Amino acid sequence: MTGFQQDDFLPTASLEMLRLRASLLERLRAFFSRHEFLEVETPLLSADTVIDRHLDPLSVTLFEDPRISEVGRQMWLQTSPEFAMKRLLAAGAERIYQVTRAFRGAERGAHHNPEFTMVEWYRVGDSMETGMALLSELAGEMLATDRVSQISYREAFLRHVGIDPHAASASELEAAATNLGIAIPSDMPCGDRDEWLNLLLATLVEPKLGVAAPEILYDYPASQAALAQVRNDNPPVAERFELYVNGVELANGYHELLDPSVLRERNQRTNLLRQADGKLPLRGDSRLLEAMEHGLPSCVGVALGFDRLVMVAAGANCLSKVMAFPIDRA
Amino acid sequence: MATYKTSEFKKGLKVQIDGEPYIMIEMNFRKPGKGAALYECRLRNLIRNTIASKTYRGGETLESADVEEIAAQYLYRQADTFVFMDNKTFEQYELSAEQVGDDWKYLKEGLPISMVLYNNNPIAISPPNHVELLVTECEPGAKGDTATNVTKPAKVETGGEFAVPIFIKEGNVIRIDTRTGSYIERVNN
Repeated sequence: MTGFQQDDFLPTASLEMLRLRASLLERLRAFFSRHEFLEVETPLLSADTVIDRHLDPLSVTLFEDPRISEVGRQMWLQTSPEFAMKRLLAAGAERIYQVTRAFRGAERGAHHNPEFTMVEWYRVGDSMETGMALLSELAGEMLATDRVSQISYREAFLRHVGIDPHAASASELEAAATNLGIAIPSDMPCGDRDEWLNLLLATLVEPKLGVAAPEILYDYPASQAALAQVRNDNPPVAERFELYVNGVELANGYHELLDPSVLRERNQRTNLLRQADGKLPLRGDSRLLEAMEHGLPSCVGVALGFDRLVMVAAGANCLSKVMAFPIDRA
Repeated sequence: MATYKTSEFKKGLKVQIDGEPYIMIEMNFRKPGKGAALYECRLRNLIRNTIASKTYRGGETLESADVEEIAAQYLYRQADTFVFMDNKTFEQYELSAEQVGDDWKYLKEGLPISMVLYNNNPIAISPPNHVELLVTECEPGAKGDTATNVTKPAKVETGGEFAVPIFIKEGNVIRIDTRTGSYIERVNN
């Protein structure tokens, strides 16, 4: 029954909140300007899209004939501006950032909206450490704190789950989840270590991250490298990091993968996993691969969810308090 | 019978699990970095009033509960029993305080509500999203204070209490969002 809808035209965020949002955006731009980053703009609609097991891009048909609007080239609404920004790096840009919209299908909740504002930046020459330092500095400035802590993925699992995430088998991870009383979905793919790690991360680790102060989780399992480089430690780890505040993930960074042949392999593997999950495989060829063949300089890239940053800065508990018109009112 | 996909999960959804009707009282969408989407649900069994926690992964489905929803209105309360009337048939239905839960705070005489029947027995109600209530008791605020972020408690005609801005006075009518229990605005009167 939906007969009681009233005031549906109104924003869900107060004007006071929108003023805070605008002032944070101003401070963010000043931060990047002070660090000599160039603000860039890249397309929201692209022929290419990232291939990720759990990211579902929305597509748009670029029709030629408006009377047959379902016929035309399929374009993707960007899940992040990553591909285009890396193409700018391959063309010689060294420090770039942008504030843009990103789109992700089937993501809707207190901390998710299918359309959201993303801040993404790249700096050539960064190591994972210097990339994390820049993120810490930005987080400290935006959230008015001079303390941003760091914890490795392994250390976080040892502390909050009591298990080594790089050494434990799928059945050991499953046993840990059962013993710690997690509500386990009935269709968990049993032998899949990464899916168990993600379940444990979401339910037991994430809620504990960034509680006392903003906290960066780093050195992910190599199997979860996405577009990050793998460092040949024992065991090898992905040079990937994420920023958390009060259990909310705010940013994701990579010491970027540069080798196109490794990306091709990962794309193939990811597409097989997508198909096993009943999803369509996505086209692997992209202008990003072309740019990587040409040569991408060593760099760190970070994507930050701006709406979540505002939410955390304002002490709000859901995105609808900081977005004028979330998807239900869009 | 209809089924709901995880993407349709939301608070208030009535679903059938192991042959019994449940209402989703909380739905938390969780998705770590690059991980799979999880739908963490808290469900109240509509017959036994017990709470269950269940987690689903994207793409799963639940059957809709075999319940009927009718338009009714609140009549009166007798001790721990709340009496409602079907707007069409004028038939009266009784619910216990436990079944009504926190929604008693919104129940003023004549309030239109939607009532859930399972095998013709009332099992739950949902009030409109917005309810207007008369303030019957509250401390006077400081003169000229128009701030909206400072609040004080106010008692309303139903006996319920809500946090309201300082400028609200006895005799004002306020609009409350029943989904969150929060004050929206003063209604001109």
